[in-house]
Amino acid sequence: MGTLLTKVAKWSSEDKLDSTALNSLLLKDIMLFVEDFSALHPHEAEILFEEPLQWNSTLVASDFEADYDINESGEVESQEKDENGCPTLELSPPNISVRNFNQLSNLMNMENDKRLQEVQACIEGKCFDHLVGFESHLHLKSFNQQHGISNHGLILAFRLNPAFVDQEVEYLQGFCGSGENRVLKSVQYTSDYEYPNGCRAPLWRQIEGEMCYLVIEPYDTETLYITCSSAGVFLNLGVKDEGDDGAYKQASEVFKNVVTLLKNKSQLFAENLTSQETKCHIFLFPPPFFFFRKSQLQPGEVFSETSSESDQSYEEEEQPARRQRNTDYPSEYWQIQKLVKYLRAGDQTATLLTLYALMDYDLTHETYHLAMQDSGGLKVLTNILHLDEVNLQLGSLQILRDISHNAQTRRAIVDNGGLRSIVNVLDSRNKDVKALAAETIANLTSFRRARRTVRKYNGISKLAKLLDCAPDLANVDAKQEKDVEVARFGVLALWSCSRSPKNKEAIHKAGGVPLLGRLLKSPQMNMLIPVVGILQNCADEESCKDAIQTEGMIKDLVQNLSNDNDELRIHCANVIFKCAENKRTRTLVNENKGLQALVSLLGKTDNKKLMAAATGAIWKCSLSPENLDVFQEHKVLETLIGLLTNQPEEVLVNVVGALAEFAQKPANKITIRKCGGLKPLVHLLVGRNEPLLVNVTRVVEACATDLDNMAIIQELDAIRWVWSLLKNPNPEVQSSAAWALCPCIENAKEAGEMVSTLMGAMELVIDLLKSTNDDVLASMCAVIAKIAKDKYNLAVLTDYEVVSLLAKLTDKPGDLLRCHLAQAIAQCCTWRNNRAAFGEAGVVPHLALYLKSSDMKVRHSTVMALHQLSKESNNCVIMHSEGVVKPLIHFMGSDDEKVRNAAADCVRNIRLLFPGQSRAKKSTPCM
Amino acid sequence: MSKRLIQNLAKIISKQVDRFNQTEVECLIREFYAILGQTTSTGKSSLDERKFRSILTNEFGLTNNTIMERVFRTFDKDNDNFVSSKEWVEGLCVFLRGTLDEKIKYCFHVYDLSGDDYIAREEILLMVRNCLRLHGEEDPYDSIKDLVEITLKRMDHDNDDRLSFEDYKKSVKELNIVLEAFGTCLPNATSINHNFSTLAFQTYLFDVFCCQEVWRS
Repeated sequence: MGTLLTKVAKWSSEDKLDSTALNSLLLKDIMLFVEDFSALHPHEAEILFEEPLQWNSTLVASDFEADYDINESGEVESQEKDENGCPTLELSPPNISVRNFNQLSNLMNMENDKRLQEVQACIEGKCFDHLVGFESHLHLKSFNQQHGISNHGLILAFRLNPAFVDQEVEYLQGFCGSGENRVLKSVQYTSDYEYPNGCRAPLWRQIEGEMCYLVIEPYDTETLYITCSSAGVFLNLGVKDEGDDGAYKQASEVFKNVVTLLKNKSQLFAENLTSQETKCHIFLFPPPFFFFRKSQLQPGEVFSETSSESDQSYEEEEQPARRQRNTDYPSEYWQIQKLVKYLRAGDQTATLLTLYALMDYDLTHETYHLAMQDSGGLKVLTNILHLDEVNLQLGSLQILRDISHNAQTRRAIVDNGGLRSIVNVLDSRNKDVKALAAETIANLTSFRRARRTVRKYNGISKLAKLLDCAPDLANVDAKQEKDVEVARFGVLALWSCSRSPKNKEAIHKAGGVPLLGRLLKSPQMNMLIPVVGILQNCADEESCKDAIQTEGMIKDLVQNLSNDNDELRIHCANVIFKCAENKRTRTLVNENKGLQALVSLLGKTDNKKLMAAATGAIWKCSLSPENLDVFQEHKVLETLIGLLTNQPEEVLVNVVGALAEFAQKPANKITIRKCGGLKPLVHLLVGRNEPLLVNVTRVVEACATDLDNMAIIQELDAIRWVWSLLKNPNPEVQSSAAWALCPCIENAKEAGEMVSTLMGAMELVIDLLKSTNDDVLASMCAVIAKIAKDKYNLAVLTDYEVVSLLAKLTDKPGDLLRCHLAQAIAQCCTWRNNRAAFGEAGVVPHLALYLKSSDMKVRHSTVMALHQLSKESNNCVIMHSEGVVKPLIHFMGSDDEKVRNAAADCVRNIRLLFPGQSRAKKSTPCM
Repeated sequence: MSKRLIQNLAKIISKQVDRFNQTEVECLIREFYAILGQTTSTGKSSLDERKFRSILTNEFGLTNNTIMERVFRTFDKDNDNFVSSKEWVEGLCVFLRGTLDEKIKYCFHVYDLSGDDYIAREEILLMVRNCLRLHGEEDPYDSIKDLVEITLKRMDHDNDDRLSFEDYKKSVKELNIVLEAFGTCLPNATSINHNFSTLAFQTYLFDVFCCQEVWRS
């Protein structure tokens, strides 16, 4: 199919597409198909391509929003990763590489003008062969899987559509005229009127699949009357303008297109054509796709997008439904189309009556949506909003609100620019108009492009303005009630919009957060839930977190934790979960007795979402030691340990996270052991959930500092599990596993022997020294510092060239890394050869710089490293020239005895090397 | 007309009308005589239909002749072909500040062209005869008939092929926007000519129109 595409499309040169109508139609079809792909086939969309699609993109980092990581140099990576941890989308301008349909769909869902360009660039990149091949494969495969039908049930067939007939006619008209080389006298449609679906045949013929009729006069034969139907083209008995019914009869075999028919009927044309064959073959193949042999073109579908067509081809359930629609409900379909016509042509009164009539239909029925989309009714409805007539606005909005529950209609409204009109009427003076508009927006913003459109047209601040209703929500008088109702719809719309990160920011900028704080006092449940829902979404933004705290919302949130409504409690607990990283917020939660409320939620083990939210909030609140004490009173630790079994992962992540905080207190480490928490924890090390693994390793890290715990951990063979986590592709898991290994190695019995018996353990550590993640590097240095305490293991590490690897890291920034790097160097220097090797690798000048670090830990571990290095006389020479002696003398006054001794010894080593010089320089200030 | 006379008249009328206070009534009466004074010198103290309709068009944006004639008839309660100052204030009372029920009554009265307490198909057709302008040579009459048929079918709850007051009231209560189904006969918030009344009343009017519509109540 990929090759077909290259044939069908019109190429101007090797790798450029012409800007013809045909090509842009193709591009648009592809765009629409890809756009909906991930929504229609979520599973297939995740399948990786055999090779990534790559092309030169005009996209830049700012085009991407959520779900993408953007670095400073403008490179973008998707957060979606394949099994090997490679991002499925990578952009380093201008090269883009995409590895599944999911990401392609995302690209096509971006609301900007670049979409078509991207499709074109992608096709010109010649990589579409894979994609389309993949696509057809996918269709066949999933079709067969779903219905157990073998390929025999399918034929690969071409179906004409009006646009292609148009192209062909245009092309053939190029042959017309009276000159010598002309082969045709004329090519005409029988009717100039074109239905919105592109067909020209009367409606009752469209049901038969016929699209239009042509009258072609060749020079060498009689006039040809041709019917173009979806199945192909054939001669009829002479349909002219409004022929009698008999004239529509088929009078020849079916040809696949007009050119073929002409070739067959007109000798002259055939001869002439062969000379121009190369030029015209492009018209011979409209996009092919699979469909049932019996399937016929149905009115209203002729112009439907490729995407929905190809859908229908392998979703059998859709097929009968669609056919039925045209046989059982044709009258409704046409009635709605007729009403839309009135809507276009009517004055105020007629419009009102038509809206009234349109409301009488079943707005949820598929026919209604189809008719509305097909007749352009959606556009008319949104245009009505521009009229300054409240009644008409209300009528139109009522219909829009109800039909926006349908996904395809939603997309159609947004694609037609209707959302902009709806956003604009939010400024109306009429409260009902505002409320209905907000409600419609709430329905429409279920997908990303819609949310972006709302923001683009300033909808967020308009919606935020609606929230400004009564000053005291607890006591609302009759007059304010209406305002509160409007505010409620505003809140619903914002809730839906707040799923996009940039909208969260916009809500905050529009001053929405303080208004939400006021609404939080409302006693109405249908107001509170969406309000807290918005807060939960917004709490991803740092600035919003602060606002939630400073606006005094914590108190209300805590109070609502004791509400009877579970959904409300879930949202409240989630807000606290997200905000409690702030110390002041944690204190406020405690002051408002929120901790007790959270603890009482732990009993609700049947509601998993609530459990996840509550344990999350407890986790973050336990970051404060005084909160830990409160939790201690309620025996939360014991409860949490009980939750380690039989809970889903989203709860476990938080439970274990909380345990990691609890385990920072020595007494709690003992409790964890005594309550039998270590065993279930170690079992969790085999999982695949990355955040969970990070938290589990943190608990292990904390527990391993207790010797009794360590004995159990070793018994459970946990070190092996933790070590194997270094193979995990996620750098966060890698580093947190490495940090957990440090106390394990330190406190394990016969640690050196244990490490050396772990197969491939040290290779893993060495490999990760090549990581690009600074945290990983720091943790690996820490692990090396622990491993290298064992002479034998140090020898192994040295064989793996640990020295040169560590030396390479010395110019990296970051205090944490430098601190552990210096420790690792110090530890590795216990081997004499390594000391010299480090010196040769040039680490000393870098270490000399570390001495100026503002971090005391870095300075101290550097002194230790320099001390070890100074045992090699060559290093002393470099140290001396780097001027380390003076700062070292300062360290001789350090409080830490080890540092003091190391500094003194180091200075001594340097001085011993320069007996003569030191005497000579006694008078110079250099030493 | 002297200021004192107007004040006295306002005092009397404002006792009968509860939706305007005395000052407002005074404003309306002054306006009434201002309109009257501009155009007449015969000393008559009532508006005739021609003048009344020019007010409806200029100040309230009504355009449909059939409807305007009916509005005049509705204002002219004693059927003497003139609107007196009292009828003027009472009429405006519903016009500007009527409750939904009053407006339903008023609109029904306007639409009931023959005055037989029923809105018949022919009456609707007469009122909406110009409401569609189709492209090309297509005759809009069939389409209008079709539209009227659909509307009548939906509003006619007792299935007697015509709209009784109850039919109409029920339909409007279900969906407020069909109050002016057969043609605009009430002022629109935006079509108010700002020269209509004195500035003092102007602010009042503004408030009234802002909270005019009672939707889904």
